[in-house]
Amino acid sequence: MADCSAQVICWRAAASIAWAVLLLPPVTAVFVILSRFSLLHPIHTISECFSLLTSAGAIFSLILLCGVILMVGFLNLEYYTVIPTIACSKIALLGQLLHPRQFVNSSAHCIMGIIVAWCCAVTIGGRYETIGYPCTHSDGSTHMCLNEYHLILLLAGAFVGFSHSLLGVIHNMNFVSFHTVQQYKYLRFKGSLPLVVKCSATQALYSVRNYVVVYFFLGYIPKAWICKTLNLHLNSSIHPLDSIAGLLDLSLLYHLWISATFLLFTWYITLLLFRIFVTEVYNFPVQSSFTEEAHQCLPKVLTDKEPMILKFLALQDLALLSQHSPSRRCEVFSLSQPGGHPHNWNAISRECLSLLADLTQRLVAYHDTVATNGRAKSLSTGSERKTSSETSVTSGTEDLMSPRPTLMMKTPASVFARSIVGGPQSPLTAPFTPDLDSPFASPSLRRLTAPVEQCSPWHGTVQSPHVMRRVPKLWSTSTDSQANGSPPPSPASVASPQQQTSKPSLLAQFLQNRKEQVKHFLAKRVLIMYLFNKLPEASSQALFADSQAHIWALEGISYLIQASFSEDQFGVVQTALPSILSCMLVLQEAVDRHFKLPHASSKPLRSASSMGDPTYKTLRFALRATLKTAIYRITTTFGDHLNAVQMSAEHRKRLQQFVEYKD
Amino acid sequence: MCSLALFPAPLPDGQTTLCESNNELLSGSDAEERPKQELSPLSLFFPRESLKLHSRTESSSRAAFLDHSETLWMRSAAAWRDSGLTGLLTEITNSHTEVPKCLSVSSGCTLALLQWVSSFHGSLFPHLTLSSEDMIAEFSQVLNWSDCVVRAFAWHPHTDKFAVALLDDSIKIYNPKSATTPTLKHRLQRSVAAVQWKPLCASALAVACQNCVLVWHVDPCSLSTRPSSGCAQVLSHPGHSPVTSIAWSPSGSLLASASPMDTAVMVWDVAAESCVPLQRVGGGGVTFLSWSPDGSHVLAPTPSALFRVWETRMWTCERWPCVKGRCQSGCWSPDGSRLLFTVQGETVIYALTFTDAPGISTGTSKGPQAAAVVADLSETSFNTAHGDVIVGGEIQSLAWDPRGERLAVLLKGDPQAADRPAIIAVFKTRTNPVFELLPCGFVQGEADAEPRLMQFHPSFQHGALLTVCWSSGRITHVPFYFLSAGVPHFGLSGSPLLPRPQERCSALANQSLFTEMIS
Repeated sequence: MADCSAQVICWRAAASIAWAVLLLPPVTAVFVILSRFSLLHPIHTISECFSLLTSAGAIFSLILLCGVILMVGFLNLEYYTVIPTIACSKIALLGQLLHPRQFVNSSAHCIMGIIVAWCCAVTIGGRYETIGYPCTHSDGSTHMCLNEYHLILLLAGAFVGFSHSLLGVIHNMNFVSFHTVQQYKYLRFKGSLPLVVKCSATQALYSVRNYVVVYFFLGYIPKAWICKTLNLHLNSSIHPLDSIAGLLDLSLLYHLWISATFLLFTWYITLLLFRIFVTEVYNFPVQSSFTEEAHQCLPKVLTDKEPMILKFLALQDLALLSQHSPSRRCEVFSLSQPGGHPHNWNAISRECLSLLADLTQRLVAYHDTVATNGRAKSLSTGSERKTSSETSVTSGTEDLMSPRPTLMMKTPASVFARSIVGGPQSPLTAPFTPDLDSPFASPSLRRLTAPVEQCSPWHGTVQSPHVMRRVPKLWSTSTDSQANGSPPPSPASVASPQQQTSKPSLLAQFLQNRKEQVKHFLAKRVLIMYLFNKLPEASSQALFADSQAHIWALEGISYLIQASFSEDQFGVVQTALPSILSCMLVLQEAVDRHFKLPHASSKPLRSASSMGDPTYKTLRFALRATLKTAIYRITTTFGDHLNAVQMSAEHRKRLQQFVEYKD
Repeated sequence: MCSLALFPAPLPDGQTTLCESNNELLSGSDAEERPKQELSPLSLFFPRESLKLHSRTESSSRAAFLDHSETLWMRSAAAWRDSGLTGLLTEITNSHTEVPKCLSVSSGCTLALLQWVSSFHGSLFPHLTLSSEDMIAEFSQVLNWSDCVVRAFAWHPHTDKFAVALLDDSIKIYNPKSATTPTLKHRLQRSVAAVQWKPLCASALAVACQNCVLVWHVDPCSLSTRPSSGCAQVLSHPGHSPVTSIAWSPSGSLLASASPMDTAVMVWDVAAESCVPLQRVGGGGVTFLSWSPDGSHVLAPTPSALFRVWETRMWTCERWPCVKGRCQSGCWSPDGSRLLFTVQGETVIYALTFTDAPGISTGTSKGPQAAAVVADLSETSFNTAHGDVIVGGEIQSLAWDPRGERLAVLLKGDPQAADRPAIIAVFKTRTNPVFELLPCGFVQGEADAEPRLMQFHPSFQHGALLTVCWSSGRITHVPFYFLSAGVPHFGLSGSPLLPRPQERCSALANQSLFTEMIS
């Protein structure tokens, strides 16, 4: 279905790779000049460089480098993601690093590193050029000896490639973020170029430092292996390089560093171009007069789940069109020609609201998990494996309860939990939270997670988060906490406490005790604690990992509502206004509660000079700010007219705070 | 064409402007006479003596405390940390007894070379040689910034609260609906050049400081009078200091900041604390930023005779070279279609018209070819009871009220000459159907107080409200009561209660100064 649009991504990737290949010759020329430059003979160096660049060997290595760039571009396209994978504990990170997919990536980068390093060795020339050279032994016989300078450069390429791939996982380098400031591709490229140069130079410096240390200790292993396989000899008259005196060669270190910089720079440029091309704004038509093009229209693409980047591009386009383009907004508000239904608006608002409701549900579920288990839930992942059998028992009810998440849930689960439970299972992180699994808690959650229409105020006030917060408490205490001015909830939920109190059986209690014991036992082991301890704020980051979509949904829908005040001729937006407002207010409440949790509001450290895009770490702050702005945008536009909108008393109270600018 | 000749004469000493009603500016001699208006927000007074000032800067007090028997390494590290490469080189050159001779000589040579290069750079852009305090004073919209008690002022865009930055680097927030007045202090909050509230938000306040931009989050419901510095986000970028101007986008999503030392305009994503530098060659820095109310353009003047107008859709810019001097100030009409600006060394107000064809989604709005002169404010002498008063000259800043009906112009005057005071001239403006400029009058304060800073209230119900900060430390509010031509009003209840109805209508007020020709 979405083939045509998916092709767009491929074409963009191809264009970015083509540009990277085009940029390769000048970059190589700069590298050649820098690597062979000598202060004493500047003119001579430059003429030498020109003759070198036109030689057959240089052209061959340029072709090799082009092949490497093509491969890197292909790997970028294959491995990129718009939703970052966030490891919540050390063991999860380890799991990511040892994943077979990652293994393929790492080995590919290793090989490409060797190829690039070989090209570097050939272009630098001199003592680096060949792997073997004829040497005479003390007894007068001539052999082929191993050129250790060549070897050390090749291995450096492999090491830098490998560490690039590992760091890519740690820094989420395959994460493609979208910019809030739109710029033309050339200007964006020009703006990021100094950063790329700085990143590659510093990263190369660190990599070379680590490599030199590794080579000092373990350099004899590859050396011996190469000698054995290629039947080369070691020249005993020359000082070996894996010694302090051998490695303290400034020219060698400089060449290692400049080669590593060249390698990383070409790869980073490819990555940068890929990011710039792929995140460029794409204009989806809002509606089409031809039915065969209907699947390319914005409302249809918005609802598609695969590929994720198209959904993101569609949401970005929605946010921009709602802000800047009156004519396209007009199409959104228009009615279908036969029938007179606002199909476009309905589809767009439904999708946005389901995104927001999905996030609300995720936040509420997470908050309940943390609230029931308290902060002591830090050590959990180790025992989750054992209790996952319990989950499978209750997972049936959960599946009923939660509709399929629209986006792939990246939740703060451990590797084990993810790999075992996997798939479209529930996002609930701790399977041993009885409240969520119990049929008692389900009415409220079900109401919340149900389709959007259920968010509307005519379903009574039970779904309001205020009551929901009290639900877990209700179980243990009396029912009078319900008396908070809201109408009595449905009889089913009032009747349930009696059934619930007798439910925990002996078996459950036994399992609970065993679990506590296991937990206690494991908690004493330092290494296990280290590996399984949750990284602070990681769970928060993981909850909001895909929040860029929610941010655009909020922006798009709030700008559309703002524009509808003067542009919506048929009043199509008015009918949805109550549900949109209550959806936003429920989300606002959930976000506010989330930020009261420990670590949720702590700022991540700002790490400069890394190609990894750290925006995913601050998405929750961006979401919070956007949500408030969106509500304010609606309240300032409509002002007192909001009094005519039907909504529950509690939502009205919350909204009044926004009208008075007190939130 | 001298616009000021048509103005009513300035008031004699001792008279202050109170308000405008029935097309006439009313004055009074005493504060007691002020009509009791239910809507009048707080008038404040900050006597200079009440502020505890920093007696000396951090670097000058260092010598009193630092132990001088530190090793060379420690001193070099400290110099590197404090003032970078030049500091390090100076330190090495100065301690020539401890370091090898070649090192001290070579660092001395490098230092001399650096200074030579920087002086060459400074001769291209003379403002680069100023100290950061002087630079803020030079490029600030506030008249005589370094001597001001109130250094910056900002109304909240939607409510009746405002923030005041004082000479002692503290910021106070006044809200007529709340008894608490939070005072914001931060270690990095020095030399505040501008403050601005985030639109569509109740709490966020951006502050342009010497080395960074601070974004405070002041909870309006909190009872705390001293919010901790944890409530402030610090946005800094190397080389981007001092920050002299900030501007929030009207949608509240982005914050732009400018520094005369940095050729790039920084566009901040405040939540992520990340910035996109918008770099263009030429100009030597950016002195002032003004975001048009419809969010489509940003005015960015440079310290040389050049200013840029950025278009915010794809962030491209138009270059506008000026003939005489740098662009000093500018303001946008409420619909963002017209830009008024002034140039240093000239006494006129120019206008640029931007017509953005609606519906075209590409951001290439075709701008005008040349700016038109709309008002000439050259010096004019008025005969008053106390002798001649000369009004006019260079313009410090412009402010246009959010309905587009009153334009306030702060004239620099001459601080040395007693008969050439700094004064605020107010024009009546009309933007629809054609742009028109009519005289309204002068706004004057108490004797010996000159206006330093002015801003219109963004959401005043009964017309326009001009807030003026005076050199005496007083903040007053001058309401202009009128019925907006553009806004429909319903019945008699909508008309404002006029404090002192006057029968006579000023004949002067109807003479138009500038009318746009429709070709």
